[in-house]
Amino acid sequence: MELKTKISAEDGKQELVITREFELPLELLFTAYVEPDIVEQWMGTKVLKLESKMHGGYQFETSDAKGNVVFRANGVIHEFISNKKITRTFEMENTPFPVQLEFLEFEKLSEDTSKLTMHIVYRSLAFRDQMLQMPFRQGINMAHNKLQEVVTKLI
Amino acid sequence: MKSRRDVFQAIADPTRRVILTLLAVQALTPGAIADNFKSSRQTVSKHIQILTECELLKQEQNGREIYYQINAKKMKEVAEFIEPFRKMWDDRFNKLESIMKKYKPK
Repeated sequence: MELKTKISAEDGKQELVITREFELPLELLFTAYVEPDIVEQWMGTKVLKLESKMHGGYQFETSDAKGNVVFRANGVIHEFISNKKITRTFEMENTPFPVQLEFLEFEKLSEDTSKLTMHIVYRSLAFRDQMLQMPFRQGINMAHNKLQEVVTKLI
Repeated sequence: MKSRRDVFQAIADPTRRVILTLLAVQALTPGAIADNFKSSRQTVSKHIQILTECELLKQEQNGREIYYQINAKKMKEVAEFIEPFRKMWDDRFNKLESIMKKYKPK
């Protein structure tokens, strides 16, 4: 099946652009980025803080079944225009990755469809390419953890 | 040693990118590759070595000469390296879409 998400990562540029069209009215798409309990569901992480306003901050945290924190991220919101735009930073804690800058643009396509464009700027080209490789390594880890969880429950 | 054999670090270098572009057109000898650069043959040879270690290049003996060519299989892997990342976001967005389709405003 063709993926609906497109990614453009040009050679030699320390940025990438993720685009996706949704079968959702613009307002609903935007709500999915604003309401903490909804962000939790689709991002698969706990939302400790989400201040959806200019100069607001946010904090995500993911724990494994034993309660150990395996992922923490935070950032600040620089610009917040309802149903239109969020500009924010994103930083993963306890990793070598520096903070990245994200421009999220929300667009109405029709009454029931909308589009998200996520433009991410990295500190360097090398960090961008490393970030792109993350799911490779993480995917293996996550599959392993999931397996462990299932197995633990069986015992 | 480990980091040098990292294929993504290999292609992050501009000289090595040019080498790959040259060889995408045709197989070349180390000398013919070096002719395209101002840097010394030794330097270019080092770049070729790194690309070969990463399996991005293959050697082929033709008479007395060694020709380098692109290892298409490995290059394809590199081109597809973005796919797991794309899949990760696509999964997230699919979830977002299905959650919001059922969403009732508070």
